Amino acid sequence: MKIAVTSTGQEISSQLEQKFGRAEYFIIAETSTMEFQVIDNKASLEAGGAGIQAGQTIINSGATVLITGNVGPNAMKVLKSGKIKIYRGQRESVEKNIEMFNKHSLEEIVDSVEAHHGMKNENSST
Amino acid sequence: MRIAVLSGKGGTGKTTVAASLAYAVKTSQYIDCDVEEPNGNIFLKAVLSESEVVHVPVPEVDVNLCNGCGECARACQFNAMAVINKEVLIFEELCHSCGACVIACPVKAIHEKKRPLGVISANCSHTFIQGALNLNELMSVPIIRRLKEKMNQHSHVILDSAPGASCTVVNTIEDCDYCILVTEPTPFGLHDLKIAVELVKKAELPFGVIVNKAMNENQTIKEFCHENNIEIIMEIPFQKEIAVNYSKGLLPVQYDIEWKKKFNELFRNIERSLEA
Repeated sequence: MKIAVTSTGQEISSQLEQKFGRAEYFIIAETSTMEFQVIDNKASLEAGGAGIQAGQTIINSGATVLITGNVGPNAMKVLKSGKIKIYRGQRESVEKNIEMFNKHSLEEIVDSVEAHHGMKNENSST
Repeated sequence: MRIAVLSGKGGTGKTTVAASLAYAVKTSQYIDCDVEEPNGNIFLKAVLSESEVVHVPVPEVDVNLCNGCGECARACQFNAMAVINKEVLIFEELCHSCGACVIACPVKAIHEKKRPLGVISANCSHTFIQGALNLNELMSVPIIRRLKEKMNQHSHVILDSAPGASCTVVNTIEDCDYCILVTEPTPFGLHDLKIAVELVKKAELPFGVIVNKAMNENQTIKEFCHENNIEIIMEIPFQKEIAVNYSKGLLPVQYDIEWKKKFNELFRNIERSLEA
């Protein structure tokens, strides 16, 4: 199973990024082998609609699960259309979050935060 | 003559200046282009008897014709469309109405529908017009364009701009004859004044600065203007009387004949400077 995790860096040991649409990287990991690839999130620099574009990137990556912090309303719409299951990540490494997902200890996100939540709460990622 | 009043920083007194000018200068038209928060009418108290809804075109997809190819989403520069599993998602509030999706669609499945964005209201003589963006909307420019179509060609026009220096302000000051930059002697006032100055210089428009809430012990704005050869065309003092009346919806021009004279003179000076 392929899992996408929003990440602050390009390593599996990097910290999970709380923002979804404007996360710098997505780490796409295969849970059975823990092999992973890194995707630069081009949407992070968009003037608007970052979550929409990022959502499409996740869908195109082939991942079926996303672990992240907060998802805005537009991104939520895209991800739901793509039948992506979303889980709330912890302030830990990407690797640790995948382990927690495998142990079923992450909570599923069903509701979006308000629009531009990440931009108002810059500190939430630290 | 068309005068735009802008500031950069919010709350410096754009509306105070624009409404005062409109009040002092007979046969002028006041247009409130601060469509996110039009408040000139708190002071000018026009009876708004006319209104018109401003619409923008947004795409609508005929699902019977759509083949889900995704060309529309790729053409969209504003991420207002996404195609997932052949289903088109449209985020209308992000749409800039450019029509690229309509052109890009190979099977002509997209047409445009009208979406209400805001409302323009006016008094019966159209000496007062204001635009108001609907709640939750992001796009002010179409409303400002519509407001500017209503500019009176035969009278002076005072345009009260939104704060900032974004597209909204750029569209407001476009085609004006003169810009008044209103600021206040605070670090934020100065910071945003510098941005506003850059904007009007780029637009190649003549301009002058009004210092609102001016006080003798703080000369930051004056020093900046002096160093950069910018004319300060008026100072409005930091005075309790002005603040108290302002809180009641009264401008100095409305209770003090001296202020009315000052604004009239200011207007005539601007006029003369443009003739020269």
